[in-house]
Amino acid sequence: MPLAGARRLSQPGRCIDRVLDARSKPAMTDVRPAIQTIETGGGVLKLAPELPLRLESGGRLIGVEVSYKTYGRLNEDRSNAILICHALTGDQHVASPHPQSGKPGWWTQVVGPGRPIDLNRYFVICANVLGGCMGSTGPSSHDPVTGRVYGLNFPVITIGDMVRAQAELLSALGIETLFAVVGGSMGGMQVLQWASDYPERMFSAVCIASAARHSAQNIAFHEVGRQAIMADPEWRGGDYLRLAVRPEKGLAVARMAAHITYLSEPALQRKFGRELQRDGLSWGFDADFQVESYLRHQGSSFVDRFDANAYLYITRAMDYFDLALRHGGVLARAFARAREVRFCVLSFTSDWLYPTTESRHVVRALNAAGARTSFLEIESDRGHDAFLLDEPVMHGALQGFMDSAADARGLRP
Amino acid sequence: MIREDFREIARLVRPGARVLDVGCGEGELLDLLRREKDVDARGLEISSDGVGACLARGLSVMQGDADSDLGEFPSEAFDYAILSQTLQAVRQPRKVLSDLMRLAERAIVSFPNFGHWRVRASLLAHGRMPLTRALPQPWWATINIHLCTLRDFTELCADLDLRIEAAVALSERTAPREIDPTRALDNLRTETALLLLSRTHHVAPAAPAAAGLFD
Repeated sequence: MPLAGARRLSQPGRCIDRVLDARSKPAMTDVRPAIQTIETGGGVLKLAPELPLRLESGGRLIGVEVSYKTYGRLNEDRSNAILICHALTGDQHVASPHPQSGKPGWWTQVVGPGRPIDLNRYFVICANVLGGCMGSTGPSSHDPVTGRVYGLNFPVITIGDMVRAQAELLSALGIETLFAVVGGSMGGMQVLQWASDYPERMFSAVCIASAARHSAQNIAFHEVGRQAIMADPEWRGGDYLRLAVRPEKGLAVARMAAHITYLSEPALQRKFGRELQRDGLSWGFDADFQVESYLRHQGSSFVDRFDANAYLYITRAMDYFDLALRHGGVLARAFARAREVRFCVLSFTSDWLYPTTESRHVVRALNAAGARTSFLEIESDRGHDAFLLDEPVMHGALQGFMDSAADARGLRP
Repeated sequence: MIREDFREIARLVRPGARVLDVGCGEGELLDLLRREKDVDARGLEISSDGVGACLARGLSVMQGDADSDLGEFPSEAFDYAILSQTLQAVRQPRKVLSDLMRLAERAIVSFPNFGHWRVRASLLAHGRMPLTRALPQPWWATINIHLCTLRDFTELCADLDLRIEAAVALSERTAPREIDPTRALDNLRTETALLLLSRTHHVAPAAPAAAGLFD
């Protein structure tokens, strides 16, 4: 995979990773290897200082870095590239182990050899979003002008800014047109932004459990999370990194509150009910119930891998997201140039964070714009997080959509 | 094997047209129309299995309900809207029919004719809800809630100012034949009716179902 424009990449490192091929199940008679070798790569795009990133707020960011991973092989026509956009607390490690936690990639159910996003057929790129904390420029990065950590001096960024940074990365990789842009939740917002800003650079789009604008309820939950972080004395007005402390308690509470919104009442009930951690009540405020212990664990493991200020900035970007706003409040106009893009929009019945009504709103606008649109509401009681889980109907729909789009694009199976 | 009514529908559709199949099931008809008539094929289907099967065929299909979700399509977005064996199963057939005529220039509608002689004979002879080839299920199991006769339907068309451009009688045993849907004899002899409808007037610019479409 020769990379044009690779001179702008600081470390276009490539390696051969062993990606688990979950199709292969161990069996007595089965001699196929359970591990399949998939070429992976990645690195950090450094935008030259004379090429600042324009921001929607009117500001500019100098020396932006975008950290990314790639999976599979780019074909000769450069026509099989898929950009995967990650969610709020996701990262670029979509199909390979997380470097810190060692956990498998966050979407190995969907991305892998023989999976709906088949790494034997497609070349996948996933980049850490602008404002993030996994190698791309964000509030924990150093301001090249002052040499100090940005902290709250980092400008407020938007979903549109994240997408512009991704577009710069793809240009640097020499990929003019994407076969698909795919994402769930905040990733889905980026997909819609792509369709609005760069429709001519994409053949198809998959938007899962997402919305074209953030609802009042979603803004409200994000505000709870941000207030929890800012109420932590160790946050120090956002200056904690310079003072070598961390607002871990605040960030953990933010994660705990958010995590509830990713699930559903039946899912929580099924998983935990009123089960206790040990025999009898403590008659105090220890984690008596299993659900409490689970949430505490979610909070404390989150702070190991996420930056509090990044959480503030990314949630803000999601709150500011309203794709129709720049188009006179008419969402269909945001997709006016996306008539030729094939869309697949998916939602889940029990997702109360990004309910089906939000997806239908998107679908109606896509239809009004005349785009080829497929829409499916998937029956699941696992809430918003269903898109990250083993959901056979979603996988079947994705498989069908991706396969037929790839055939239409003339990609070799 | 291709269903006889699909063949007839394919015969009525102009090549290259924009087609919406309401209640498209697993997309067999859309697939046929795309293959043989090179149409821009879209569908609406209520079951997720059906939508999944359509996606696998590479069709653009939305999950939705004819009764409530036709408003998601813009006015005059299609040349043809197809409602095959579905009208009698919707909650508001009159509204669905006018929705179809809002979003398409022509509609192709098929339904089992309750005026068919077998239906009449069965009801007359046994005094019970008829069980026929076209209506094979008992009253408590059928999805059909708004059965009508060919004559009822032509009256509704007149009421909605719709022109019947073509009408065909379908039957499992015999070849499709053209009929005059206003004739009493054809009402008696038609087992399943397939009609091509068009508007006699242009769609009002502010059709109620289209309101809020761009919000």
